[in-house]
Order: sequence, then C-alpha cells, then structure tokens
Amino acid sequence: MLARRKHLIAAVATGAIAFASTGGALAQKKYDSGASDTEIKIGNIMPYSGPASAYGVIGKTEAAYFNKINAEGGINGRKINFITYDDGYSPPKAVEQARKLVESDEVLVVFNPLGTPSNSAIEKYMNSKKVPQLFVATGATKWNEPKEFPWTMGWQPSYQSEARIYAKYLLKEKPDAKIAAFYQNDDFGKDYLKGLKDGLGAKAASMIIAEEGYETSEPSIDNHIVKLKASGADVFISITTPKFAAQAIKKLAEMNWTPLHIVSNVSASVGGVIKPAGFENAQGILSAAYAKDGADAQWNNDPGMKKFYEFLAKYDADANKLDGSVVYGYGAAQTMVKVLEMCGDNLTHENVMKQAASLKNFTPDTLLPGVTINTSATDFAPIKQLQMMRFKGEKWELFGDIITDDFTN
Amino acid sequence: MSAVQEAVTAAPAIEAVPKRAMTLGVGTSLIVLALLIVTPLFVKNFIIFQMTMLLVYGLAVLALNILTGGSGQFSLGQSAFYAVGAYTSAILMEHAGMNYALTLPVSGLVCFAFGFLFGLPALRLSGVYLALATFALATAMPQLLKLGYFETWTGGVQGLVVTKPDPPEAVQSLLAWAHLKMSQDMWLYYFTLIITIAIYIFSVNLLKSRSGRAFMAIRDNEIAASAMGIDVALYKTLAFGVSAAITGIAGGLGAIAVQFVAPDGYTITLAISLFLGMVVGGVGWLPGSIVGSAFIIFVPNIAEGISKGLSGAVFGVILFLVIFLVPHGARQVAMVAQHLLGNLKKR
Repeated sequence: MLARRKHLIAAVATGAIAFASTGGALAQKKYDSGASDTEIKIGNIMPYSGPASAYGVIGKTEAAYFNKINAEGGINGRKINFITYDDGYSPPKAVEQARKLVESDEVLVVFNPLGTPSNSAIEKYMNSKKVPQLFVATGATKWNEPKEFPWTMGWQPSYQSEARIYAKYLLKEKPDAKIAAFYQNDDFGKDYLKGLKDGLGAKAASMIIAEEGYETSEPSIDNHIVKLKASGADVFISITTPKFAAQAIKKLAEMNWTPLHIVSNVSASVGGVIKPAGFENAQGILSAAYAKDGADAQWNNDPGMKKFYEFLAKYDADANKLDGSVVYGYGAAQTMVKVLEMCGDNLTHENVMKQAASLKNFTPDTLLPGVTINTSATDFAPIKQLQMMRFKGEKWELFGDIITDDFTN
Repeated sequence: MSAVQEAVTAAPAIEAVPKRAMTLGVGTSLIVLALLIVTPLFVKNFIIFQMTMLLVYGLAVLALNILTGGSGQFSLGQSAFYAVGAYTSAILMEHAGMNYALTLPVSGLVCFAFGFLFGLPALRLSGVYLALATFALATAMPQLLKLGYFETWTGGVQGLVVTKPDPPEAVQSLLAWAHLKMSQDMWLYYFTLIITIAIYIFSVNLLKSRSGRAFMAIRDNEIAASAMGIDVALYKTLAFGVSAAITGIAGGLGAIAVQFVAPDGYTITLAISLFLGMVVGGVGWLPGSIVGSAFIIFVPNIAEGISKGLSGAVFGVILFLVIFLVPHGARQVAMVAQHLLGNLKKR
C-alpha cells in the first residue's frame, strides 16, 4: 500500500510538472529582440517631411495612443516604446530607417510604415530579417501575399478590394450600366482598374465601354472627360487622387453630364475635394468608407467615437478630429495593441505574426458598425468591408449594408 | 635682352594650382584611409551600410566638385545622372542578369554619353541659366522614369528590387581559411571603397593634368581661355560628361547598396542635397566631398533627433551656421587646422 501511495504521489508529481511545462505558452516567457519584462519596442516609419508630410499626423496620433496605453498600465504590464523615424517619402531613406530600427534599435515589429514606394523598398529586407512589417499604411493590393512575403501584412481595404465592392454594387443595382472608367495612369490607378474588372467578371468587357488614363503631370484633364462623355456612358468611375477628382467633378457639372458618379475613397474628403469642386456639383456622388468620419454628427454619441474624442481631448489636444488621418492612426494603433495583448508573454517576431494572422471579428472603436477585422494564415487583408455612401447637402450619407469583398485570388 | 637671357632670368614655372590646395597632405590621407579600411571591422552592419552610403554620396559630390569647382559650370541636375546610373545598373542586374560589378562601367559610359549630350546645348548657357536648365533636367527625371512606355524595364512607380551581391568565392574561401566570414554589407563597403579610391585618384590626376588646367582656365576666364587656344566647347562638354559618368557610377553603387530603385528616390531634393554637400565640403576641394556627404547624410538625422516636426527648420539653422562660420566649408577648416599644426611644430 505504501508502494502504491508512493507511485500515486510520483504520478501526480510527474503530471503536475508535465502540466506546468506544457502550460508553457502562459507560464514561460519568450522574447525576441525588442521585448522584455518591462518594455515592448515598436518601430515606425512616417513621412514627417517632404511631399507626403500631411500623413505625418498619423504617426503623431499613434504615438499619443501608445502614451494613453502606457498611462493605463501598458500591455500585460509592459510599457510601449514607440520609435518613429522620418523617411521624407523617399525609398532609400526608408531603407536606411528600416535597417536602423531592425539592426540598431532592435524593435519587435515595424508597425504601419507609410507609403507604397517606401514599403516596396523595405519589403524584401524585412522578410529576409524575419521581422514583422505589420499593418502597412498603403492601399496597394500587394501586401496580401502570405506565401511569398509571410512577414508583411496590410491593414486598410486594398484598392482592388474597394473597386470590387463598387463592381458588386453596380452588378446589383445597375446590371445594364455602361461604364466609363477614368483612372490615374500609375500603380494606384491600375490597381483599381484591375479590381473593377475582376469584380465585374465576365461582364467586364461588355460593361466598361470606355477607359481614359491620365498622367499626374497633366495640368488639366478636361479632354479626357469630353471623350468619355462622347462614349455615351451612364456610369462614371473616378479613380483619381484628390486634385483630379475635384477637377473631374467640376468638368462634369460644366458639361451638364450627369452619369452615376463614383469616386474612390482616397478622394472622398469633404474639405479636400468636395468643397473645392463645389457642393452643388457633387450632389449624388457615390463613394465608400470603412471608418467613421469625425465630421459627421451622427457619430457624436457612438460609444466608440466617444472614446476617440476623449482620447483626443486628453492625449492629443491639438489634433484635428475632422482629419481622416487622425481617425486612421487611432484605429491602426488599437489593432496593434490588440495583437500584442494576444501575444501574452510570448513576444517573439513569429508569434506576433501568428497572432496578427488570427484576428477574428475584431472591432476597433473607429470602424463603421458592421465592419470587422478578420485575418487568417492565408488571408493577410484585415479590412475587407466597406459601406457605400452618397453625398447629400454638405456631407456624406451612408446607405445600404456593409459590403464584403470575398474575392479570392 | 636676348631670348636666352630672358629664359634664364625668368621665374621658374610653378604649378597652376598647388597640389596642397587640391588634396590632403600625405600623412592626413593615410590616416583617413586607415580609418576607412579598419572601422567596418568593429561596427554593426547598419553602420557599415551608412558608411557605404557615405562613400556613394561622396562620389556624387566629388563629381559635382569637378564640374562646378573645376570647370565652373553650375549644376542642379546631378540627381538625373545619379538616377540614370542607378536604373542602368538595376535593369542590367535584374533583367539581363549581369554581374553587378560589370554594370558599373556600363552605367558610367551611359551617363558619360548622356552628360556629354546634355553639355552640348548647355554650352549656350552659363551661370544662373545653366543652373535652371539642369534644374529642369532634375525635375523631369522622376516623371520620365514613371512613363508607361518604359515600364516593362523600369518597373514604373513601384520601382525595381535589386538583389544584394554576396562576397566573391575567392574572397570567401580565403577568409574561410582564416576562420573568418564577411557579411554582404562588409563586402559591398570594401568594393565601394576600392572604386571610390580609384575614382578619387583619377579625379585628382585629371585636375592636375592639361585637361584640368583647361577646366580651370575656362572657370576663371572663359574669353581668355578661348584666346589662348583652348577648345572651350570640347572641354565644357567633357567636364559634363566626366561628372555625369562618376555620378552614374555612384548611382549604380547606391542602387546595389539600397537594393531598390524607384523614381521617388531621385527627386530634385537629391540634386539640391548634393549641391549643399559640395558647398559644405568646400567647392573644388576634392577631399571635402566626403565631409559634404557626411553632412547631407547625418545632419538631417541629427535635426530629426532634435525636433521631429521642425526637422527641416533645424537643418536650415545648422546649415546657416555652417555657411556663416565657415563659408569655404571643410577646406577652410582644414586650412585652419594645418595652420595651427604648423604653429605647434614651430614651437
């Protein structure tokens, strides 16, 4: 009997030790460079100077958000050390800053680097160093390639995603539409156009009756619009950056041409595009959004936006809440914090990517109700939903349901 | 007096430009060289990468020094030649599979032709007007690179990713024998250093040679030079060609070091930075090129460290102080240092 009890004790003891060591993910702490018991280093590259410096406010907002998290105790007891460098929207400088972050500052993750050229420049390097290039701040579609670039992930809906959603809308609401596509002749415009054609599928060739590309160096795009009107189209899709979107809106009004006008989300800014083009010319224009607009009074009592306004009041008082970039920075930072929380005590580069690829129905405060973040090992596109909106009076009015882009390459 | 008497009593011929004014003394040169060779062995790869970029931009500033300091022609367009050199190397490496070392002479030749051809219409212009013409070239270049027509080669707006070369087999086996390993960064640094030294020696000899004297004569007084029989048109375009060639080689090295080429990396800002680098280093003083290069690489980082939002303003203040206190740039500092050392030696 004594022997049996001894055996029992031994068995229980072995079981307990085995349990304690397999409970590993929780009990053991694993760190890669950039993480420790007290701190997590997050790297970031933003254009604080140069032609894209208007986007620098995103970095400032994110820094303020991480200050808030630190003031509230940090992530699992660890403080965030947010290291952000300026690349002036220049790819060679972005490479230098990325190398600095990875090799000199030894960060855990490079979060939300901004700009398609800068991210293209550092993509290969980040993947060869196996450090996460997470939630990149660009809408280019190429950041959703987990097989080739397992360490790079996007965040906002890609340009192709948005275009496919417009295609879906058209197929449903206006299946016999005659579409004129006006696009910027660079990777942004071509990305969109591809998405539109993919979304229309077999009907693309018959529905798109005219295509006009323009260069950003052209002073005026009037002749393109004239050609498109002559094609007899009744839907005008404006794949344009703000300056040219405004020119197009004005020209259409001048020519008294009133097709169904869809404009890309990057040019949906009231202050930057609609107002200069003229509110009276922009009535009825369609676009899509995935985040709440600080200028829209309907969100004043929304719990998520209330938290956002409180955050601004306390940590970022001189930020402009009407600026979409501020809302963007908050949402992206919140997603980053969620991923780090999910990592627990296993703060390795690999686990960060793993948790980032395991987000299920996560809803940051600032996304539209119904839009959720979902990722998986084969799906590196966190936000794939948008809601259509129509311009009425002096603001955008959301309508319809949230549309999901479930296209698989 | 008879001709013979004149020849005997006339002052001995002196160098047009004293060698001292163009280069560092032997001692200083050796110290700098030793530092450049030894430092990479003790620092991290990232610092080695920065040192490689230091040499690359140093070459570009050197080229500008030959053009502006040597032949007196203003150029705010070096970024265009740099871009052509970078893209030539990148396209040859990625589309034609050429060995990275061989792409450099090709880049040099292509840019020489480009610079020479640009120099021809530029002959009619001088001073401010030449500066504007080169400015126009620099502004046009990024957009030309984005043209859809060339997209299959240049990769358009997205640019081209360049593969980083490994150290050659011979070097690797030699080091393996001594149980050492050389990283890609370190090999690239030494490769760049060898090329930089070669081009530096070439440039010093060029400026000391007959062509160099012709350049300087044109710089000092074009009409007198022409009256003396110098073919002004030839030497002016030659200066543009040589300067463009060296900038092109720098561009190629830069493309390999950064591993990426994109139109947005070669804007007018780069051209202005190179011009700044030349002024800070001392116009026409070849060793100053590396000081100028260090200025344009590191001072913006320092300015960013002081204030992120106002980094441009801080950079401006630092630049202003440098120009105000040492208008002749690093050359002035070197001369003062030499003077002080000379005084010390006397004691």
